[in-house]
Amino acid sequence: MAGAIRCRMALVMTEAMRRAVRIVLLLLVALFCLGPVLWQTITSFKPEAELIRLPPVLPEAPTGGHYEAVLTRSSLGRALVNSATVAASTTALAIGFGGLCAFALARLPIKGKCVILGLILSISMFPPIAVISPLYLLMRTLGLRDSVGALILTHTTYALPLAIWILTSFFRQIPVELYWAALVDGCSPLRALGSVILRPALPGVTVAALLVFIYSWNEFMFALTLTASDASRTAPVAIALFPGLHEVPWGDMAAASLVVTAPIVLLAVMFQRHIVAGLTAGSVKS
Amino acid sequence: MTASRSSRGQCSGRTLSERGWGYLFAGPALCFVGSLALTPILAAVWLSFQRRLPIFGIQEFVGLRNYLELAGDDRFWAACRITFYFTGVSVTAELAFGLGMALLIDRTWPQVLGAGTDAESGHGQAWLRAIILIPWAIPTVVSARMWDWLYHPEYGLFNYLLLTSGLISQPLNWLSDPVWAIHAAILMDVWKATPFAALLLLAGLKAIPRALYQAALVDGASAWAAFRHITLPLVLPVILIVLVFRTMDAIRVFDAVYVLTGGGPGNSTETLSIYAYKTLFQTLQFGYGSALASVMFLLVLMMTGCYLLLLRRYLQEVT
Repeated sequence: MAGAIRCRMALVMTEAMRRAVRIVLLLLVALFCLGPVLWQTITSFKPEAELIRLPPVLPEAPTGGHYEAVLTRSSLGRALVNSATVAASTTALAIGFGGLCAFALARLPIKGKCVILGLILSISMFPPIAVISPLYLLMRTLGLRDSVGALILTHTTYALPLAIWILTSFFRQIPVELYWAALVDGCSPLRALGSVILRPALPGVTVAALLVFIYSWNEFMFALTLTASDASRTAPVAIALFPGLHEVPWGDMAAASLVVTAPIVLLAVMFQRHIVAGLTAGSVKS
Repeated sequence: MTASRSSRGQCSGRTLSERGWGYLFAGPALCFVGSLALTPILAAVWLSFQRRLPIFGIQEFVGLRNYLELAGDDRFWAACRITFYFTGVSVTAELAFGLGMALLIDRTWPQVLGAGTDAESGHGQAWLRAIILIPWAIPTVVSARMWDWLYHPEYGLFNYLLLTSGLISQPLNWLSDPVWAIHAAILMDVWKATPFAALLLLAGLKAIPRALYQAALVDGASAWAAFRHITLPLVLPVILIVLVFRTMDAIRVFDAVYVLTGGGPGNSTETLSIYAYKTLFQTLQFGYGSALASVMFLLVLMMTGCYLLLLRRYLQEVT
């Protein structure tokens, strides 16, 4: 009897211990993901003198000076405006044209759908380095080098596969009867898409728009190559070329990188459910 | 379907057929892709048959000479080795850690987030997922700068923690030692990409019916047996997809390593993309650089082909 009770106690203990181990592991996962960001945040509030000695780990005299410096005395502000322009325009173009193309692929009787989808999939796997030299020469010939226009066109092209892929799978989930009913009512396919299909597809459009925006905001190789001055440089390029004659100014750098990251991380956290749904669309259900 | 076709014939006979609308809709996107993705690829192959040094005004057709030169270029073969080493180690680590993370989250909160979850576990899951998304969302360039600072030999957090805990007695030169530098880059990539792998794998785990685990429990199967015979086979398609995505990303890695180490010290972290980029835009050898880029393109194309075959065969076996 006593043995049985002890045995049950042991079982309960192991269950509680397992739970504790899991929680410790989950905290470690969170620390692993957040650690570098936390350290960057701490660094951004440290005065110069505390940057070149450790300890203290936490700032003893926290300062907002680094933020003031990068926002007023550097080209970061300009770069943020450029990034916002490029990312917003890219999102509008990629969702507009990508949405139309996805609708044609999902619902309209066009020929060569497999070829188009295969083409789009293979372009999403292109290494950007493979196209960079002709693109550079092309933009230079067109007089678009060192302009946000060149970046918008390039980002739109390489974001289209992502947008088309996600939107096609969302359009396919909407009952085809809705579209037929609109056609019977005398709508053209364009009006049917705009007035009947778009509303139920809105979650998919949100996901695609978010992923395209994040791609364009973070993209580096095209932005580095196709821009040449502060007039068109985007935020990642500004971070990569952050001024530093002999030693990188780590405090300013930390502040600048947090300013550049904040909008994207805010979007990602606010729309986390949408983004996870978008990332897993097609890869899990298939 | 036939009903809709005939009605379409009546209502829009004077303007466009449904197929016509389809081409009109697909047109602009295909124009973008055709002019700024497909044409440049062909142009890059064309450039690779030329000797082009714009600063000297040299431009001549040299056939396959760039490729022959490539075959005897030690720096190219070193870049190949580095790229494959980087890809192999980082993708393996990302898959292993990602699967571990996904299993941990799935076992802690077995319910699917959303309908039917109690508030506590719903919140816990949502919080953790938001935290996991952060490394994925951070611009690669920013993460390279963050890790650069963590790796700083004198004031970096890593050396401080390792020294104070007594694990090392001398500060490590993370980024100026050839052996450490490539592993420092790999560690950063693992931090950045494991969350993506974990989220995809977690979605795969959530799709496994819970009844299967209960049945295994009733049959007295051990946790390992349940993992080996239920979890692993059912989550394998997702593992393959993560493998494809991550391999493609790792093979063409550029910004992470370029900003962290610039390819150094002494070309020890120079991947194929970085070598091609430097050839194109630092030494301005457009012909030779394009040959490098074209070889990379072929490599990625071949790997994509292999992966697609692998996936198709597997998916056919399952269905």
